[in-house]
Amino acid sequence: MGAQGPGARDSDGNGAGNTYENVTCPFCGILCDDLEISSSRSGLKVKKNGCGKAIAGFERDVSGAKPQIGGKDVSLAEAVTAAAGLLGKARLPILGGLGTDVDGMRAVMALAEKSGAVIDHALSDAQYRNFRVLQSGGWVMTTLTEARNRADLFIIIGTDVHKMHPHFFKRVVNVETSMFWDNPPKRTVVFLGEGLDTSGVTGSRIGEVISLPAKNERLGEIVTAMRAMSKGVAITGDTIGGLPRAAIEDLVERCKKATYGVMVWAPPALSFPNADLTIQAVSEYVKEINLHARFAGLALGGNEGAVSTAAVAAWQSGFPLRVSFASGKPDYDIERYSMLRMIAAKESDLLVWIASFTPDLAPPDTDIPMVVLGTPGLRLASKPEVFIPIGTPGADHAGIMVRVDNVVSLPLQNLGRSSLPGLGSVLAQIESAL
Amino acid sequence: MLIKLTGGKVYDPINGVDGEIRDIFIKDGRIVTPDPSDKVGQEYPLHGRVVMAGGIDPHSHIGGGKVTIARMLMPEDHMGHEVARTDLTRAGCGHAIPSTLTAGYRYAEMGYTAAFEPAMLPANARQAHMELADTPLIDKGAFVMLGSDDFFLRQLTGKQDFSAIKDYIAWTMHAAQAIAVKVVNPGGISAFKFNQRALDLDEKHVFYGVTPRDIILNLARGLKELGVTHPLHIHGCNLGVPGGVETTLATIRGSENLPIHLTHIQFHSYDTEGDMKFSSGAARVADLVNKHKNVSIDVGQVMFGQTCTASGDSMRQFVNTRSADPKKWVVMDIECDAGCGVVPFKYRDKSFVNALQWAIGLELFLLVDDPWRIFLTTDHPNGGPFYWYPHMIRLLMDKSFRKDMMQKINQDALKYSSLPSLEREYTMYEVAIMTRAGPARSLGLKDRGHLGAGACADITVYDDNPNYEAMFEKPELVFKNGELIVKNGKIVKVVNGATHVARPTYDPAIEKQLRSYFEDFHTMRMENFRLSDDEIVNGGRGSIIVQPTGARTA
Repeated sequence: MGAQGPGARDSDGNGAGNTYENVTCPFCGILCDDLEISSSRSGLKVKKNGCGKAIAGFERDVSGAKPQIGGKDVSLAEAVTAAAGLLGKARLPILGGLGTDVDGMRAVMALAEKSGAVIDHALSDAQYRNFRVLQSGGWVMTTLTEARNRADLFIIIGTDVHKMHPHFFKRVVNVETSMFWDNPPKRTVVFLGEGLDTSGVTGSRIGEVISLPAKNERLGEIVTAMRAMSKGVAITGDTIGGLPRAAIEDLVERCKKATYGVMVWAPPALSFPNADLTIQAVSEYVKEINLHARFAGLALGGNEGAVSTAAVAAWQSGFPLRVSFASGKPDYDIERYSMLRMIAAKESDLLVWIASFTPDLAPPDTDIPMVVLGTPGLRLASKPEVFIPIGTPGADHAGIMVRVDNVVSLPLQNLGRSSLPGLGSVLAQIESAL
Repeated sequence: MLIKLTGGKVYDPINGVDGEIRDIFIKDGRIVTPDPSDKVGQEYPLHGRVVMAGGIDPHSHIGGGKVTIARMLMPEDHMGHEVARTDLTRAGCGHAIPSTLTAGYRYAEMGYTAAFEPAMLPANARQAHMELADTPLIDKGAFVMLGSDDFFLRQLTGKQDFSAIKDYIAWTMHAAQAIAVKVVNPGGISAFKFNQRALDLDEKHVFYGVTPRDIILNLARGLKELGVTHPLHIHGCNLGVPGGVETTLATIRGSENLPIHLTHIQFHSYDTEGDMKFSSGAARVADLVNKHKNVSIDVGQVMFGQTCTASGDSMRQFVNTRSADPKKWVVMDIECDAGCGVVPFKYRDKSFVNALQWAIGLELFLLVDDPWRIFLTTDHPNGGPFYWYPHMIRLLMDKSFRKDMMQKINQDALKYSSLPSLEREYTMYEVAIMTRAGPARSLGLKDRGHLGAGACADITVYDDNPNYEAMFEKPELVFKNGELIVKNGKIVKVVNGATHVARPTYDPAIEKQLRSYFEDFHTMRMENFRLSDDEIVNGGRGSIIVQPTGARTA
């Protein structure tokens, strides 16, 4: 990547007063790429199209952070040597967290192989609710632009989309233009789940907004009943999953009549035991509708680089995370190599925690020795053995990320926020010091 | 330093060399005619060895979103095929859908020095190139998919000036860093999104009102007038449909003498005779291909065992999900641009249908008489993984081996194919054409696929073994850019290959229209849709070779 992306417009020639256009925001899985950001000596300012997450992410002060060993400031070279020393001694290290982009993850993979480490992402428990469904039955899916132009029915499943992705509705659902109609038909948006914020769905494109407040734990029951009903099975009882039966029958009818319906969920929101079975029910329902009409799923989430890291792990090792390189070969086990399980069971003797986007991606509270490569301000419960501040791809250096729909990837510009090193270069130094 | 390859038996069809004993000299990565004053720094005595240019696979799904979806979908396919890291090579896995690194190593170990990803969706181009960047040792390139994307279909519907259509084709090739253009189920991927379940050659798309024939002719003519060397790469309508042969024949007859390449034509050569209403149409296809010199093909040979099909053809793949084995699959609608379908398959030698597919592929190889117009592919991984190529070469070169293999398959299938009556054996020269010279010429790789002075020193040396499978499976030496990368089938050095692109000219004014189109309808800005050269070069990890295009007409 170039030092500056395609949108850089240098206004004063000294690098301190640039305006950047078409900026990609790395702070959630949607990767909006229409931001305008200016930089000055006091930092970055989001000028256009930024949501709260974007403003918090870009405008944060990351200055002044220094590498540390045992809480004391050291040079980067000393920190790298110390980290390599710990990694070299560890019997089964974990490279975890993995809040990074494609190039960062490429470096993680190389280092994991060389050090015999386990790799897992902080949000894998959520992401694996989807992967379990993919690996056992598969699905019919769509992407953001396809849904934006084509869908006439959105069903939001148990996910507070507006909170997780503040611009999803604005960019995909409320949009007044469509490739296919001069005056696009109105859309119906159904919120199936409790406590979901519907306020993001507004504007002339929106027809009905329907809220069906069911508990998330009962969504599987509801969707399974919908599958049965659409196959003509009679369901008795006045309520299904806590909702009136008539409301579910109405929803089934809407699915049948839709020209192109889209079921939307984010696996982090479906946080209850065996939630993958709910996602499976949704996916199987979508498959069945497709025997006669068109319908698709759209999985959201994927914050903190989760989609990019799983993609790189899959193309380089064959497996989407939860891989151990202890034997030299990639060994894949979605239970055994769950990072959080391994940490709780003290099966690892070194956690290398990587978090380059938000200060919220804190490592688990554990007494396993820790090397942290993190964005300055990362919330840490205790002082790690080694801390190395790293840049955020798309703010402090350039990069590339894969969007939540697993199809589009976007370039991240170097906005010159700081001179913090990228994860890739730090890991390469650790790898060569091993 | 001057390197001398001494006394090998050289097959170099582009230069008309058919098994002559010759010396080859390499300097600075190129094949040279040495200056008498140059001293030989290193010599490889190759007496009794066969020397060819490095193999070139013109159609192999090795990089991009659908391949990685297939990798994620099928962990059980990787298990037992994991590969450990060595001091030289990275870890990975590999059977039907190998990891990127392992794919690069396996191609090189098999004597191939280039492979081309044939189905890069514009929306997914960046990821395809990132995966190709992580595929070491071999050169690569990608064909960008057009023909089900809204912008192009709207141009056709709106009867836009043809030069605007050409501008869009050329712009897309630049933006996606492509060397060629592919069309998959022309218009059909889009039609499926409007709930059309089939789209034959002259059937109208329910929304845009255009037919696959319109789409093919516009794209084929556009590429010809843009001067792009590789003809339109066509995955036709009706893939896998019994009776689909009629569409294939009609596509050839309707090609108006424009250059076209029909890919994995085996899957499009099914007739409907017999009790099973499934028979070989290979003889009819081969006969027409032989007569139409504007047509080239690759076969997409089916080989027996587990694989995972990965295609842009969401319409046909949705139908194929009924045969998914194991029973899991992914179909996607993508960005009003394209789609994909990933469906695991297990081809069984005792299955009537699978055995007949195998026979049809071989019939096509043996009945098409011009090896410059037919290329050796399995449509990896769709007909089977690319590691089958040495076995396939033996099937083509060794009639008695082929007859032995025919004994093992469903015998009823052979009744609906002419394969048992075919006695042809490919010569070494023909194999060299089909696996390197032909693909290089078709793709417009000017300095690849041959051993003349000035060519890139991508060279493979084989033991002259009468067991052709053993011979082609494990080359003795492979050189990439003049460096020895493989010795006795094992990697001895890892280098990074280049990315080949073609850049026909376009009127930059089209970007004005595209910029507002992206802003109005897409979830990505045009500026971010375009891949920069820097992204591929990526600080020296990769490199770009711009292959020449002819002059644009009008």
